[in-house]
Amino acid sequence: MKAHEVPQDDSVLEGRRRACYALDAQGHYVVVASRGWEVERIVNEHARDALREELEAVRLQVLAGKVSALAYHMTVCQMDYRLLAANTGLSRFRVRRHLRPKVFARLSHAVLERYAHAFGLSVAELARLPGLGG
Amino acid sequence: MSAPRAFPHRHSGHCETGTLGALLRDRGLDLSEPLWFGVGSGLFFLHTGLLKVGGLPVTAYRVAPLAIVRAATRRLGIRMRYERFRDAETATRRLEELLSQGLAVGLQTCVYWLPYFPSTMRFQFNGHNLVAFARDDAGYWLSDTVFEEVVHCAPEALVRARFARGAFAPRGLLYYPESIPDDPDIEDAIRAGIRSTCRQMLDIPLLPVGVRGIRALGRDIGRWPARLGVDRARAQVAQIVRMQEEIGTGGAGFRFLFAAFLAEAGLRLVLPALQDLSREMTAIGDEWRQFALVGAHICKGTRTDADAYGELAAFLAQLAGREERLFRALRAAI
Repeated sequence: MKAHEVPQDDSVLEGRRRACYALDAQGHYVVVASRGWEVERIVNEHARDALREELEAVRLQVLAGKVSALAYHMTVCQMDYRLLAANTGLSRFRVRRHLRPKVFARLSHAVLERYAHAFGLSVAELARLPGLGG
Repeated sequence: MSAPRAFPHRHSGHCETGTLGALLRDRGLDLSEPLWFGVGSGLFFLHTGLLKVGGLPVTAYRVAPLAIVRAATRRLGIRMRYERFRDAETATRRLEELLSQGLAVGLQTCVYWLPYFPSTMRFQFNGHNLVAFARDDAGYWLSDTVFEEVVHCAPEALVRARFARGAFAPRGLLYYPESIPDDPDIEDAIRAGIRSTCRQMLDIPLLPVGVRGIRALGRDIGRWPARLGVDRARAQVAQIVRMQEEIGTGGAGFRFLFAAFLAEAGLRLVLPALQDLSREMTAIGDEWRQFALVGAHICKGTRTDADAYGELAAFLAQLAGREERLFRALRAAI
């Protein structure tokens, strides 16, 4: 890739630039800052669309009372129950149980705090879904 | 707001070679990023459909986190110290102690918790490397070399990023050079790095690693639409292209880095043949970009024909052949 061919598309970098190695006019490698490449935007959007769709599906399940709000925050943080278990120090078995609304509703403050901490939220935020108004 | 001390930050193509280069530059050994990448044998490829993670076949464009740091420092005779921690308080205390002595330290972190990352690029990935070089009342000063300038980061966010769990969990890992030889044998390290890269790309038995991995992906990819259905096939193509181009750890970016290394190695070892191989590696990198472009068209839905996957497969078969010839010639040249 030549320096003048380094793509400068507004992409996933939100105004930041990444370092690309490219050839200058003399044929020497130099670092050229790139605003991004259309290709990156397309595949990044594909990945984020998948996350958004999954999140919306989980949100509807929470609203329908099929899973607890824990499932929602877990999905927001791109975790599965295994990673959440690792991040809270709780067993995988317990985390899976806590995904059931009835079990989740009875959790102690101490356990809720561990979840809240893993998500970077407060305990009050943990019980809520965005857009539910409390 | 400005940092309490100057740090020789340099915008880099890959976080690990950028971090390693910055740590050593701060201590007086100033080598280029391509040199660290080549001496540390950063080029790699693995693809196997037999092993699956999260339902997806495993494709890796890079070596494991810190493999470059370990290999490059070993070959240059630099002694590194690595410290991992059981709890965040001890890890934070140790970091502050080192910073207060004026040392800069490398940290392994999880991208998801770093607030200065663009929101679109915050994914759960534990292998991101950066340098912490100063502390002030509000937080840490970081040289995250994939960004153009140094950044400032709140303490809680950094703790979270250092103690994220899961695959490649950093467990608070920090590292720094303990001793640096006065006159490291760079030429010898270059030869060792090249030999080891050639081994990685050509010789690993039994596993689909290196050029055989590229071939394995080529054979697989053509069958994806029939075997997995259109949606899954597209998702897997998106994942492949993201790993090589968006996340910036493989594909064309790494080929250009290696091409730059070959050019520099050719000058240092006085081997003009390496200049030709550098040009060929650049051409190979350009072809990886063409591959990514076709992949992006598939994701976007602007290419829905079955031929598109055949085209990806053909790209990979050709790339594998070209890389195989290049590494054989490279091995013969040194």
